[in-house]
Amino acid sequence: MSTTVDFPIHNPVEDILRMDRIPTIWCPGCGIGTSVNSFAYALLSTGIELKKVAIVSGIGCSGRVSGYTKMDSFHVTHGRAIPFATGLKLANPELTVVVYSGDGDLTSIGGNHLIHAARRNMDLLVVCVNNMIYAMTGGQAAATTPGAAISTTTPYGSFEPELNIAHLVDAAGASFVARWTVFHVKMLEKTMKEALSKKGFRFIEVLSPCPTLYGRRNNLADGLAAMKDYKERSKIRNGAPTHETALVQGGEIVVGKFVDRERPDYLTLMRQQLGANYHPLPPQPDENPEAGVAKEDCCSC
Amino acid sequence: MARGSVAVTTERCKGCGFCVEFCPTKVLALSSAFNAKGYHAPYMEDPDKCSGCNLCGMYCPDFAIYGYRFPKETGEPAEGKQQ
Repeated sequence: MSTTVDFPIHNPVEDILRMDRIPTIWCPGCGIGTSVNSFAYALLSTGIELKKVAIVSGIGCSGRVSGYTKMDSFHVTHGRAIPFATGLKLANPELTVVVYSGDGDLTSIGGNHLIHAARRNMDLLVVCVNNMIYAMTGGQAAATTPGAAISTTTPYGSFEPELNIAHLVDAAGASFVARWTVFHVKMLEKTMKEALSKKGFRFIEVLSPCPTLYGRRNNLADGLAAMKDYKERSKIRNGAPTHETALVQGGEIVVGKFVDRERPDYLTLMRQQLGANYHPLPPQPDENPEAGVAKEDCCSC
Repeated sequence: MARGSVAVTTERCKGCGFCVEFCPTKVLALSSAFNAKGYHAPYMEDPDKCSGCNLCGMYCPDFAIYGYRFPKETGEPAEGKQQ
């Protein structure tokens, strides 16, 4: 196949990826890369300066996103992506902080951090890639594994009802809650763009196929079968009450933007209550070679 | 008449078939040839139908395919695609 155009063909997603790290470690048919595409287009369309964006990931397959994106990115210990991101945002409120992690990391091991960040309405965008299983550690049942699904630790099917993350963060007070699957790339891009321009705790759940460890045991042999399953089972219900959006195996997948409310975020409340006692950090030195000079000027000690 | 085309980085492809399945005009097909890692990368089976919408690029989990529009007849570049 040859192309006959007289301009260089450049994929804009490559602007935010560390291309020396590509190809990714993700399995064929995994949907995490697709969600990264939607995120990349959303981020590029908002026009936010990439130097002002930080991505924090926990452990897991989707935790690798921080390593593949060409921004300030942090790959932190298991479950602690949100506490790290909270500190990052409080230390440097100018940053747009994005937590990009998986369901096992955010809702099981870091479950309390998720609840309390939503309660505080911390100014974070949390993208939770939900593949319904602990994929990187070998396919153990997670909190989000739907009842009756087979995993390595539940060979006769899970006996536990699954956790509805959208309902949890809504109840805890998140200001923006949405759910899409990786089949809905354009809607996901639009929602991510909208969430990036909002303040407060914004939570986007992205259902993604895991062909190797979830699909293979649950009649979804490859990523494509899972995508077709999402296409058939998903139903867009924007503004649906989150208690009606549980993900039951074989049942309807309710997707859409569920919650969008205005609530003062943590930093706003902190500044209001502290008033004159609030002292922001002194200006940080830039990355240019004259940074040392600037540091001497601003330091009074 | 094709309004666009796709560029495939064959060596990055893992042959998941998302682009082939979800192409709105059914332009792509998986080739019978292997890449270095043993996967079948897509090729343009019916290039005349391509509209350059880049939905294949949105779906590709490995950033291996990119759809672009040809410049318009007037000589003006297609929207946002010329670098």
